[in-house]
Amino acid sequence: MTAEPLGATDRKVGRTTGRRSGSSKRLARIDAAVGLSFAAPAVIGVLVLGLVPFGYVIWYSLHDWSPLIGEFNWIGLDNFTRLIADDTVWSSFLTTFKYAALLMVLNITLALGLAVLLNQKLRGTTTFRAFFFSPVIVSAVAWVLVWNYLVAANGGINGALATIGIQGPNWLRDPTWALVTVVVIQVFKGVGMNMILFLAALQNVPAELKEAARIDGARPSRVFRSITLPLISPTILLVVMITTIGAMDVFVPIQILTQGGPGRSTTVISYLLYRTAFEQQDFGYASAIGVVLFVVVLVLAALQWSSRKRWVHDEV
Amino acid sequence: MRSDVITAQAQGATGDLTGGSEPVRSRRTPDSAHARRHRLWSKIVLYTLLCVLSIPFIYPTIWMIFAAFKPTDEFFRIPPTLFPETWTLDGVAKIFTVTPFAQQYLNSLYLATVITIGSIIVCSLGGYAFARIRFPFAGKLFLVLMSGMMIPGEVTIIPIFRWVADLGLMNTHIPLIVLPIFGPACIVGVFIFRQFYLSLPGELEEAGRLDGLGRLGLFWRIALPLSGPAIAAVAIMKFLASFNMYFEPLIFLRSEELFPVGLGLTRYQDGYGEPLYNTQIGATALTVIPVLIVFLFAQRQFVEGLSRTGLKG
Repeated sequence: MTAEPLGATDRKVGRTTGRRSGSSKRLARIDAAVGLSFAAPAVIGVLVLGLVPFGYVIWYSLHDWSPLIGEFNWIGLDNFTRLIADDTVWSSFLTTFKYAALLMVLNITLALGLAVLLNQKLRGTTTFRAFFFSPVIVSAVAWVLVWNYLVAANGGINGALATIGIQGPNWLRDPTWALVTVVVIQVFKGVGMNMILFLAALQNVPAELKEAARIDGARPSRVFRSITLPLISPTILLVVMITTIGAMDVFVPIQILTQGGPGRSTTVISYLLYRTAFEQQDFGYASAIGVVLFVVVLVLAALQWSSRKRWVHDEV
Repeated sequence: MRSDVITAQAQGATGDLTGGSEPVRSRRTPDSAHARRHRLWSKIVLYTLLCVLSIPFIYPTIWMIFAAFKPTDEFFRIPPTLFPETWTLDGVAKIFTVTPFAQQYLNSLYLATVITIGSIIVCSLGGYAFARIRFPFAGKLFLVLMSGMMIPGEVTIIPIFRWVADLGLMNTHIPLIVLPIFGPACIVGVFIFRQFYLSLPGELEEAGRLDGLGRLGLFWRIALPLSGPAIAAVAIMKFLASFNMYFEPLIFLRSEELFPVGLGLTRYQDGYGEPLYNTQIGATALTVIPVLIVFLFAQRQFVEGLSRTGLKG
């Protein structure tokens, strides 16, 4: 992620064109036209399909709108006052936080552990790396469908537990286990990506530093804590941020595995939003939930980013 | 977790100061028999650990392949079985008849191909413009792109859903194609290309200028032919994402004949009198295996490409 400043190469190109011909003004005009039209598809697309719709969402959130009745009435902040009094919304946010926190901790710990294991000088690490990474490329639907069988009441996991005399719960139908089960399934799905990012960071830790610490008598665990961890802390920050933000809008496994149940135990906010909008057709209220979700994610990202000075060794 | 790191740093600081006074432990001579045995044991421990850890990552895929050939009553057994006791093709045979699976598979291939090609065009043009061309408002337009990154797709789908309905495009593939190519999903791809073009040496374009190439020629003849790694990264990311698309089809499509394969897989679950476990698992295997095979052959490109980009897995 070494970003050269935007201007660096520009200046070089500009200088060349200037030197080459007297008609540099004409070339600059051509560049302006070409540049604008090259950038246009992406920029207009993001405007029309991202920023403008988001503006609409804010607008909708101030209205009572259900297309079934065909009504679209200005109600000011009513959706938001309703939201504050809504138990389901609060519990969904709580569930989402629980999900994201648990997933983040498990994912980062496992990813770091796997990366350290694979960073050893050992034959066959590429094979294991491929094993751990393979779920990343499997479709989310396929992954959860297979696990749906494995974690069923009398599925493979409980069958294996039964052979050692443990009776497993019905993982996805048990209020205490359902969310944890979804988290674990998703950790296995995505941890390979974070492992790769950590592996790349570990390989950038200078061997001389570790060697020096070892000569000074530091044990391997101490070298890891005092040298490796601080040096890879920028990557840890990046991975923590990506993982939490990604976890905040989890949808597919919830929709396929639990439909938010049992009870409300796995109703995360984006699933609630989907149901409110596309099943109950309450678009105004769903938009209000969406606005709050956006703000929450933004605040969360900002908090993590601003915490970096306290624990990230080398400013990114 | 955070406090651990903080203490690690603190200890790291003191470690630097006190480290020198600590007695230097005698280092093992590399070829003593003791050391060799020690290394052998640590190798065995490492391999065992890696093998055990691999189970949850690869067992589901292996199980899926064999389960497709099991009769449904063998699915839930204690102790669980990996191999079918009686092999049957009942389930596999129904894959193509119970739902329009072949059609859905073709839909997915078609959508993924169109989206991948479209994305490469849009992203390479955008990335090139922001990396190498001086044009008015470049900085501001780049900011527009950046801010689009923060916007969650499951929120903006509400107005887009309404527009799609107003335009009479519900239950068509058009929104499924337009959204990933032009929408905020394109931003990562633009960044990848921009990053790549920033690293191209300027001398190449100078030489092109001397040969009389215009701006379009510089892009088409010089920059684009060199952007293999960026194209590969974006292509892998986009193909996987669109082949595995689920949320958008769920919102925009009603007819099973138009479904991509991911959405189709979930429809084996209900609506039929008999359980179709083996059919569903067989169909799932058919969607997963080809991708995994390609991955096995192009592992390096996948891992490098996706870790460069994919961040959003």
